Amino acid sequence: MSSFAVELKHVSRHYGAVKAVDGVSLSIQDGEFFSMLGPSGSGKTTCLRLIAGFEQPTSGSILLHGQEAAGLPPYERDVNTVFQDYALFPHMSVLDNVAYGLMVKGVAKATRHKEAEAALELVALAGFGSRRPGQLSGGQRQRVALARALINKPRVLLLDEPLGALDLKLREQMQTELKSLQRRLGITFVYVTHDQGEALSMSDRVAVFSQGRIEQVDSPRNLYTRPKTVFVAGFVGTANVVKGELARRLTGSERPFSVRPEHVRFATSAEGNRVSVEGQLVEVQYHGATSRYEVRVEGNQVLTVSLLNGEADEASLPRRGETVRVAWAPEAMVQLEQGGG
Amino acid sequence: MDTLPGMALPAPARPRAGLARTVANVLYRRRTLYLLLLLTPPLLWFGVVYLGSLLSLLVQSFYTFDDFTMGVTPELTWANYQALLDAANHDIILRTLAMAGSVTVASAVLGFPVAYYMARYATGWRKGFFYIAVMLPMWASYIVKAYSWTVILSKGGIIYWMVERLGLLPALEWALALPGVGGSSLSTSNLGRFLVFTYVWLPFMILPIQAAIERVPGNLLQAAADLGARPAQSFRTVLLPLAFPGVVAGSIFTFSLTLGDYIIPQLVGPPGLFIGNMVYTMQGSIGNIPMAASFTVVPIVIIGIYLTVARRLGAFDAL
Amino acid sequence: MRSEARREDGPRAPVWLRVLAYGGLLFLHFPILMVGLYAFNTEESAFSFPLKGLTLRWFQAAAAREDVLGAIKLSLQVALAATGVALVLGTLLAGALYRRRFFGKEALNLMVILPIALPGIITGIALLSAFRLAEVTPNFWTIAVGHATFCVVMVYNNVVARLRRMPHSLLEASADLGADGFQTFRHVALPQMATSLLAGGILAFALSFDELIVTTFTAGHEKTLPIWLLDQLGRPRDVPVTNVVALWVMLITAVPILVAWRLTQGTEDVAGSSR
Repeated sequence: MSSFAVELKHVSRHYGAVKAVDGVSLSIQDGEFFSMLGPSGSGKTTCLRLIAGFEQPTSGSILLHGQEAAGLPPYERDVNTVFQDYALFPHMSVLDNVAYGLMVKGVAKATRHKEAEAALELVALAGFGSRRPGQLSGGQRQRVALARALINKPRVLLLDEPLGALDLKLREQMQTELKSLQRRLGITFVYVTHDQGEALSMSDRVAVFSQGRIEQVDSPRNLYTRPKTVFVAGFVGTANVVKGELARRLTGSERPFSVRPEHVRFATSAEGNRVSVEGQLVEVQYHGATSRYEVRVEGNQVLTVSLLNGEADEASLPRRGETVRVAWAPEAMVQLEQGGG
Repeated sequence: MDTLPGMALPAPARPRAGLARTVANVLYRRRTLYLLLLLTPPLLWFGVVYLGSLLSLLVQSFYTFDDFTMGVTPELTWANYQALLDAANHDIILRTLAMAGSVTVASAVLGFPVAYYMARYATGWRKGFFYIAVMLPMWASYIVKAYSWTVILSKGGIIYWMVERLGLLPALEWALALPGVGGSSLSTSNLGRFLVFTYVWLPFMILPIQAAIERVPGNLLQAAADLGARPAQSFRTVLLPLAFPGVVAGSIFTFSLTLGDYIIPQLVGPPGLFIGNMVYTMQGSIGNIPMAASFTVVPIVIIGIYLTVARRLGAFDAL
Repeated sequence: MRSEARREDGPRAPVWLRVLAYGGLLFLHFPILMVGLYAFNTEESAFSFPLKGLTLRWFQAAAAREDVLGAIKLSLQVALAATGVALVLGTLLAGALYRRRFFGKEALNLMVILPIALPGIITGIALLSAFRLAEVTPNFWTIAVGHATFCVVMVYNNVVARLRRMPHSLLEASADLGADGFQTFRHVALPQMATSLLAGGILAFALSFDELIVTTFTAGHEKTLPIWLLDQLGRPRDVPVTNVVALWVMLITAVPILVAWRLTQGTEDVAGSSR
């Protein structure tokens, strides 16, 4: 048996002329925390729904633990989902919500309630069983949805932007809890999000989606330091993507390249081994720990320089409107493919 | 295999077997079959009972009625439709249309302030009160409402009593003497009939207008006021155009319901048939179903035209 | 509710508008009050106002009348049968039409609304002519079939509105947790639809109970309550009993309508807005 929990082979999902998912292939390891990252409409959620069985692929093959799942209804798949809106049944108590998966399998009431209590305990909601979903806070509903999805002991848990509706503080707390839960249970998490910070901090690997296709699948570190396409460079973190004539002059290649703002520094003159370019400082933004400087260079391209505040001598920093020279080490440049973005 | 802490018993993972699951799987895979199964009973019912009846009616409107034998023969003819153009039948159609039109206008005029108040000013319990107060008369028995008006309009009844008390009897008599409006008494006048019709269908006008105004965001009016519009101006330039689909939606009911009614013209008002009475008489005492059928085509066509225009005016979004 | 606060702070309605609004309400309720009043009238064959005196004896007289009780019973039975059919057909239609788009969906929508959008006289004569063609003598079932046809839309409207507001993810969550279509229907969809089914059913019942125009064509010699009342209008000698029954009919319909309104409260269903 293959060691992959989920495998997509050339999967497409078309709605008429719209290609929501367009020839996607990926393999998710057993026990992996795998994220699907992309802007809205990039196909990541459709991909998740294809794995869950809410949608069927137009073409291609979906393997769950080595077995073909395309065509199988959701209720015959060994995966469970945490929905973005939680989708708790409003007419049932929290306990019955959590026990639902066991009830439809015909597990006796006493047994399934006992297990549901245990699952609630797992998400730190012991004693909340008799309440209605409507009486819970957003964060509590989120945990109930998690407990409900875990009761069937799925080998793969699908999470569709599960933290999207929570406020920032709670979201950060839940990120930590989700990660530690995944580690404890050792099951595969497939996590859909549009928040690159969330994807980078929690995942073992991330697939970046754009326009129904996968741009790159890689570890968070590699995605940031070695983006493959213009889209990935721009979507994961901020990047200066240099194209056209300027790129050719600086690298001798037609291909665009990216350089992260924190790798760019102001320079007084062209230094031997560093790549440098001249431009006009058009904007200065203060961001607390750092400051951002936007420099307009030839070809009307804008390069961003990010400096730690207090690192450089305040007086030596340029002011808005001045002509400046920015420079970076050649190894900070990453050559990119045009990609979908 | 993973283990969840605190969850000792392994859940039985085997899927439910049996006939129900098999059927469910088939329906899941064949969505069209599933849809077809859902739709077949209602389609059969409406197709056979309703559309079938309408179609048979349409076909019979071309049958021949023999005036001597009083029998219907399935020989197709245009005669029934030609007869619609007879002066007498022509009058019936015009009379009905005029009534439907004036009832619609009156309902809109009377209903708009009520709807406007409900949507813009009534809050809390008052909103519920208004809603119920419009809904209850709407749902109250049609025949009881019509009957109540025969009581109210009768000579010696409450209207005559009030008019007399106020010393307005001469004014009423003057109004009843007007051609086209009056009659010998209130309950045998067009005015009386018009009153009853307007009363019976008024709630059907109020609720759609209320719904339409309700949908106009309050801040839109505030924006208009912000831009310097006086209340009357913002009412005319912002609210009225947005509430208009509601008026049209309501008018579909008032117009169509008046057009097809034959009970109220029977109970209140001067002699002179409406389309509905004609249909009822033709099929009933005479047994001339072909003529009755061709008469029903008139309101169908008129309402068809009305609905087409109403759709253009966006009335269906306000229903 | 967002608008609630705004309106409470907002200006009071101008006097003329309040007069027109409450005047409109008065107009709507005045005949109903008259029905209530005249049921207690002592006078036997006229409607003179002010009333000569008040009495309760007509209530007893009406309650002893076989024809009244028979008409009420028939109307209740017809309404029950029509509501039963409407509940099944309306729910099936709502389930098929609420989400999926397919060719002919608009036409189906129109077909459901047509029986109440077209004047009752058309539905009535069409059914009658079809029954005659099929050589069916008008009876209880011809009435019920006619009523069911225009009652479907009441159930359909209520259920479809409820289903459209129900997050689709509830059904997906159920399937995701292992429930097949039947289980999802029983454990999730049905409980979610329950109040709308009840409200739609009640409205259908009330609609059938009061229907007159279509019934005059399909009833033959059967007398439903509205037909009985219509006949009574030609019998001036029997006025007191007519008055009492008219009041009863009002009350019998008002209660379910209020219940249906309560049920759809807070769910923004405009109960009966498209009767």
